[in-house]
Amino acid sequence: MNSTSGISPATTAIDAPQDLLIVLRHAPHGSSWLREGLDVALVAAAFGKRVGLLFQGDGVFALLQGQSSGPLAQKGTHPQLAMLEMYDIEHLWVSEAALAARGLPVDSLMLPVTSLEASRIARLMHSHPHTLIF
Amino acid sequence: MAINTARVLNVEGRSVALDPEGYLVSLDDWSPAVAEALAADDDRQLTAEHWEVIEVLRDFYRRFEAAPAMRPLVKAVRQALGEEKGNSLYLMRLFPESPAKVAARLAGLPKPTNCL
Repeated sequence: MNSTSGISPATTAIDAPQDLLIVLRHAPHGSSWLREGLDVALVAAAFGKRVGLLFQGDGVFALLQGQSSGPLAQKGTHPQLAMLEMYDIEHLWVSEAALAARGLPVDSLMLPVTSLEASRIARLMHSHPHTLIF
Repeated sequence: MAINTARVLNVEGRSVALDPEGYLVSLDDWSPAVAEALAADDDRQLTAEHWEVIEVLRDFYRRFEAAPAMRPLVKAVRQALGEEKGNSLYLMRLFPESPAKVAARLAGLPKPTNCL
C-alpha cells in the first residue's frame, strides 16, 4: 500500500532513485543522530546532489508537528525539516510499519511523505547507489 | 557553545562583539545601524537592493533557524523577489565574493554551515 498525505511532491515514485539515500532511525531528542543525518542531507543538497530521505523506526517521530527547541535551548528539528524544501529535498519516504507500530496516521505528519511497506523499502534501498544510515 | 570575541565594533555608542570571521557573537545585537556598520567595515555601501536581500535572509532565519547556503538563498530570493533577482549572477553582483556568507554576515545571521 502506498499513501501520500497533503500536497504530493512532483515525484514520489519509488522508481525515482536519488544520488544519495539517507536513512533516519532516531527520534529528535535524546541523541544527535537525527540532526546529524539531516545535516549530511543538507550539505549534499547544497552541493547539488539529489537526496532522498527514508524515515524508519523511531525516526518517524521526527515527522510529528512541533519538534521545536526545548528548555535546554538546543535547536529543534522542526525548522530543519521545514527547510528541506528550500534545499530541493522532496523525496521523503517513511516506513508504513514504523508508523503503524507507533500509532501515527500518515496524515498527521508535518511534511508530505510516501509510506512504504517492507518489500518496497528493500527495493528503495536496492535502487540507490549510495545509502547512509543514521 | 562559547564564541570568541575577536573585535568590537562601535555602533551608535553600543559595543557590538564580532567573532574571528566578522559575524555577530550575539545575534540579538543586530539592527539596521549594525548592518550599515558591518558593511562600512567591509567597504561596502548598502542600497535598497541589498536591503531587500538582507530582509529575505532575516526571514529565512526566523523560519528555519539557520543561515542558507547559496542554492537555498537563491531559491528564497526567487520566491520573495521574483525570477530576475533570484539567480546567482544577481546576488554575486550585489555581494561579490560569496553572497551566502557576506549577506548572512550583514543580516546578522551566523555563518552558513553548509557553505564552503
